[in-house]
Amino acid sequence: MTALASAAPLRLWRQSTLVRHLTWSVLGLVVLYFVSTSLDAFANLQLAQICYTAIATAGLTVLSGLSGQISLGHGAFVAVGAYTTAVLLEHLQWPLALVLLGSVVVGGALGCLVGVAAARLRGPYLAGATLALAVGLPSLADYHGLRDLLGGANGLIVTSEPPPLSLGESFPLERWQAWICGLCLVITLFLLSNLASSRLGRDMRLVREDEQAAALSGVHVARTQIVTFGISAAFAGLAGGLFAIVNSLAAPGAFTLALSLSLLTAAVVGGLGSLAGAVYGAVIVTLLPNWTADLAQRANLPRAIYANIPLVLYGLVLIVVIVVFPGGIQSGVRKLGALLRPARSGRPQENRQET
Amino acid sequence: MGRFVDLTLAGLTSGAVYAAVALALVLIWRSTRIVNFAQGGMLMITTFIAYTIISHGGSYWLALIVAVLSGLVLGAVVERVLVRPVENRSPLDAVVVTFGLLVLLQGAAGMLFGGTPRSYPPAFGIAGFQAGGRQLLFAPNDLWVVLVVLAVMAGLALVFRKTSFGLRMRATAFAPEVARLLGVRVGRMLTLGWALAAAVGAVAGVLIAPSTFVSPTAFDAVLVFGFTAAVIGGLDSPPGAVVGGLALGIVLSYVAGYLGSDIVTLASLVVLIAVLMVRPQGLFGTAKGRQV
Repeated sequence: MTALASAAPLRLWRQSTLVRHLTWSVLGLVVLYFVSTSLDAFANLQLAQICYTAIATAGLTVLSGLSGQISLGHGAFVAVGAYTTAVLLEHLQWPLALVLLGSVVVGGALGCLVGVAAARLRGPYLAGATLALAVGLPSLADYHGLRDLLGGANGLIVTSEPPPLSLGESFPLERWQAWICGLCLVITLFLLSNLASSRLGRDMRLVREDEQAAALSGVHVARTQIVTFGISAAFAGLAGGLFAIVNSLAAPGAFTLALSLSLLTAAVVGGLGSLAGAVYGAVIVTLLPNWTADLAQRANLPRAIYANIPLVLYGLVLIVVIVVFPGGIQSGVRKLGALLRPARSGRPQENRQET
Repeated sequence: MGRFVDLTLAGLTSGAVYAAVALALVLIWRSTRIVNFAQGGMLMITTFIAYTIISHGGSYWLALIVAVLSGLVLGAVVERVLVRPVENRSPLDAVVVTFGLLVLLQGAAGMLFGGTPRSYPPAFGIAGFQAGGRQLLFAPNDLWVVLVVLAVMAGLALVFRKTSFGLRMRATAFAPEVARLLGVRVGRMLTLGWALAAAVGAVAGVLIAPSTFVSPTAFDAVLVFGFTAAVIGGLDSPPGAVVGGLALGIVLSYVAGYLGSDIVTLASLVVLIAVLMVRPQGLFGTAKGRQV
């Protein structure tokens, strides 16, 4: 009787990806709650930064890992999300949830637009086009026709809503922001991991492996690529909205090529194609600049040196990971996991490579 | 009308530099099928080396020569150390590695020289020529820029068409396996190709430095324009790179003059996508190069 009762949930767990992903999501929320309540204000701010970086990285991971398209310009979609949030919040005073949804929609719409072009571009061509987007788009904020709306080179100040009074008068703002970002991250990972195991996700993998074979087996290649680009950019837009709220700012200087680069670094270091890898990668690229700045300050290094340490490290890490260790952290974790449970190796391998 | 002439002339000058950058990208693409996203970073470093010489009292000409030589060395080292391991892997890998090199170089330059833009002296005067009683937006230094780029192109064409070294380079680019069987040292040719490309980039950097200033990120846009020019011309074709560079320079000059200089980079993106939509292989490219 008891054996039966415990076997049923286990079977459900094994058979239903939805149940599995839901369980992980609830677990993630619980962990986030306890982590955020035990951290001080500054660490909560970092937690929020990790969460929005992970959201953008997860979007990029789906684009590059699943459908095999590359973007050197995802920072541009983050910028679009940030500006959308700033405009909706400052000029129109929409409620926060709607504002973030707006950033998702606008980011996704621009992504689909770029995706139409991207569906015709391959490899280095697409990389070059998205690079142009990353370099060119932030300058739009200073274009004379848009300067009033977007605040020119100084950008827009974003005054984010204080935590609701029901949480108590002295509830720290940073923890509230970490909660918002954490909730968005869990929702993002839930949606994207379900997407990866859905029919669309399978189509994306087919398109990545062999476009002609995919087309022959009835996959609409161009449409799949456009939709993937749109989805990926939508989450970058969400990350941008959260960026604007956490940093109280949307300004061209925040969305440099270095931002796009840090997202690509996070995706590559974590392991292209793995959502868990996107989270590891986001943790690393968020904390790395802080650590190096701390170290440099203690060693009394001049500002020009330590301000550039993250850039140098991103570059080095990208090169070394691709040349020496193409699977990134996640492939290391997976190898470790395989070593730790040799007993289950007899079980037929499920196709869980990409989730 | 006078404004139109001015914008056209200014566009020709900047277009000549984009053509040089595009030519460097084409040289690398032809031999290794890699778009070198580090090109902007590499020419930034060689321009900083030239700047250091000038700021220590060296002449313009010494700085130019040293920039070209350091470009040769840098290109060879980059190919041997970083590019060789990913040359035959997926295009994604090469993109990420060269992009990584770009920021590695930008970070290193920021550490050594700081982020403040430095001004770079022009070779000749920048007061426009007089024609028909008015001053043109075309100065002796602009004439110098155009002439140098033309000379570099003519020189490359001569080397590729008339020397046995050029023949081996072309053989390597078109059929590396056959070339290897016929005794061409393919690996060495690839290294030389990257070195040559980096040297051409170094010339472009020194030529454009007086108008953009020198800083770690000053050449991001130049890289985008060079890439756009190369794609417009067809990544495979050196003459295409020249035509693409000049055409892009003129178009962007009109955009800057009539619409505003802030959206020039975006305009180049629009041009890029428009050309690729109509002719995915570029104006001078062969269709075979882009088959999937």
